[in-house]
Amino acid sequence: MRVALFVTCVNDTLFPDTGRAVVRLLRRLGVEADFPRAQTCCGQMHFNTGYRDEAVRLARRGVAALRGYDAVVVPSGSCAAMIREQYPKLAGPSGPFADAVARLVPRTYELTEFLIDVLGVTDVGAYFPHRVTYHSTCHSLRGVHLGDRPLTLLRQVKGLELVPLPGAEECCGFGGTFALKNADVSAAMCADKARAVLDTGAEVLCAADNSCLMHIGGMLRRQKSGVRVMHLAEILCSTETAGAR
Amino acid sequence: MTVTFLGMPADRPFPRNAARAVRNSQLRFNLRKATRTIRARRASVVAEAPDWAELREAGRAIKEHTLRNLDRYLVQLEEAVTAAGGHVHWAADAAEANRIVAGLVKATGETEVVKVKSMATQEIGLNEALREQGITAYETDLAELIVQLGDDRPSHILVPAIHRNRAEIREIFSEHMSGWGRPAPGDLTDDPAALAEAARLHLRERFLKTKVAISGANFAIAETGTMVVLESEGNGRMCLTLPRTLISVVGIEKVLPTWRDLEVFLQLLPRSSTGERMNPYTSMWTGAVEGQEFHLVLLDNGRTRVLADEVGRQTLRCIRCSACLNVCPVYERTGGHAYGSVYPGPIGAILTPQLRGMGSELDRSLPYASSLCGACYEVCPVAIDIPSVLVELRARARHPWAERAGMAAAGWVFERSGRLARLQRAGGRLRGLVPRRLPGPLAGWTDTRDLPEVPKESFREWWDRTDGGRR
Repeated sequence: MRVALFVTCVNDTLFPDTGRAVVRLLRRLGVEADFPRAQTCCGQMHFNTGYRDEAVRLARRGVAALRGYDAVVVPSGSCAAMIREQYPKLAGPSGPFADAVARLVPRTYELTEFLIDVLGVTDVGAYFPHRVTYHSTCHSLRGVHLGDRPLTLLRQVKGLELVPLPGAEECCGFGGTFALKNADVSAAMCADKARAVLDTGAEVLCAADNSCLMHIGGMLRRQKSGVRVMHLAEILCSTETAGAR
Repeated sequence: MTVTFLGMPADRPFPRNAARAVRNSQLRFNLRKATRTIRARRASVVAEAPDWAELREAGRAIKEHTLRNLDRYLVQLEEAVTAAGGHVHWAADAAEANRIVAGLVKATGETEVVKVKSMATQEIGLNEALREQGITAYETDLAELIVQLGDDRPSHILVPAIHRNRAEIREIFSEHMSGWGRPAPGDLTDDPAALAEAARLHLRERFLKTKVAISGANFAIAETGTMVVLESEGNGRMCLTLPRTLISVVGIEKVLPTWRDLEVFLQLLPRSSTGERMNPYTSMWTGAVEGQEFHLVLLDNGRTRVLADEVGRQTLRCIRCSACLNVCPVYERTGGHAYGSVYPGPIGAILTPQLRGMGSELDRSLPYASSLCGACYEVCPVAIDIPSVLVELRARARHPWAERAGMAAAGWVFERSGRLARLQRAGGRLRGLVPRRLPGPLAGWTDTRDLPEVPKESFREWWDRTDGGRR
């Protein structure tokens, strides 16, 4: 099986630890993922902000970069949802681009889907002796419909104490350019989320999307709360011998 | 294009209205409490309906079919209402509808009307238009009464006074009821039962002496000419039965083909709106009974234009349940007034700019009043894909130049992976120079949140340096 890692531009540029964790985790499970060098951004920011032409150009590039693989693993519910939900709409009903999208969509997996649905593992052999809470980001929940896959994986991590996050399914207020265009509402939503996280007493907040974590984590750090944010992949990659990073 | 009036001034963009609203802690508290209560009630009664998904699909399909054949069903409705002794009037816009209604009231010789809670009449600003003609319209829905007495604006489709708590309501009743009819008792407390009793006595007097009523309708059945109104208090039924003349202002998208279609919608609507299995009062009437007169005013006011839009037309499926408002994290923090229209929340963010056009700064800002979290689509009983319509409207909006420049620059970088790599390397070298606070529109982030640290090495660089971690 030829597997490609679509690391996403946010992870590539700002959160390389997440990308490294995915590579190491998959290697531990016997999968050598390729990193197609031509990949950049899925185009979601442009699409969601109303710049459709740019989004189509980026989608075409992305589809070309990921051609020929049996599976594409994406450590982001949001970018996986962009490919699966929006690319078909951008591509239209027919033509070479539409055909390429139709081939890519069923092969695109968010990381936890790939682990559970394709590799069939729920215990990835991780060790992470910390109190952790999980935020189910909107696009993980309502875009790619991860369901309880992330929690299933977290429950198998040795040493990890999983505490439920009240209102986990509520938006943190990131929403891409929403955080800038409606900064006051976004901050109000984030403040409520940050308080819910602090109420759990968790040391670590994890999610399947670094963009939302960047948002909540930015506020938690501003508040000097001491709570760390970590992508789910970094927790799943941790073992007794090697730390997350 | 003519400007469609939607019952509210539209002067400031949403983010500015919202900024003011989120700083009002009383409003935040009232909204949080109220939306969470209704949200939980809806979730529990929807969960107990085993065929909810099928009902939702049926609701979507019936509305879709009706809208595709609206011309035919509207004529059928007109024929059925006329045959049953009612009179049908057609109004292209708010001004025409108001003119028709004012003329009908004047013909009765009356100067006072009672009103059943109705979104359509709010949309066209009927009360204000009647006032200019010397006619006083009295709201009889409890929450609308609170809004009217407080010289306020509705902030929710179903619960127009959701932004008020009971202490505020007591003040409004004590101060303003006397100006509109029977005053509130001098020793009025903020006990809900006492407040309801004060409203009951005030309204009962009004019902008994008013000869003309104005309503909207939740549904209008083409097959039989029957109007249907769902409500909780029974005040609507007072208006629908006591007065001699009844005038109903109904949007053209409210038509359902057959009586049987109600089977679906009488299940979908109460569960989605009030979180009840069944609403307390469902009133239905067909034409006019002896001694009474019935007028139906069919309102377009921008709807035909929306119907012509391939993506946007699904908005017309809306049955005004307000489930989307109650789950919306943005609405929960801003309340309804920030949306500058009688239609707030996610449905307002797509309906208002389509009905009114995107000429004003407010209307251009409405499609952005969402984080695209998708909670609205999930609860919509007629499956309106609100996030997709929002994104479609965003694509049609005129964007500010600074944003266009930023998006073009980002697009240029992402166009070639080499450009992205060079930018990442530069970022890694200059990482110490990133300021804690950013200027301009980017300050919206750094005012309340730290920026992430820029890493020394991007993922791409790490991959190249270590051959994907193998070296």
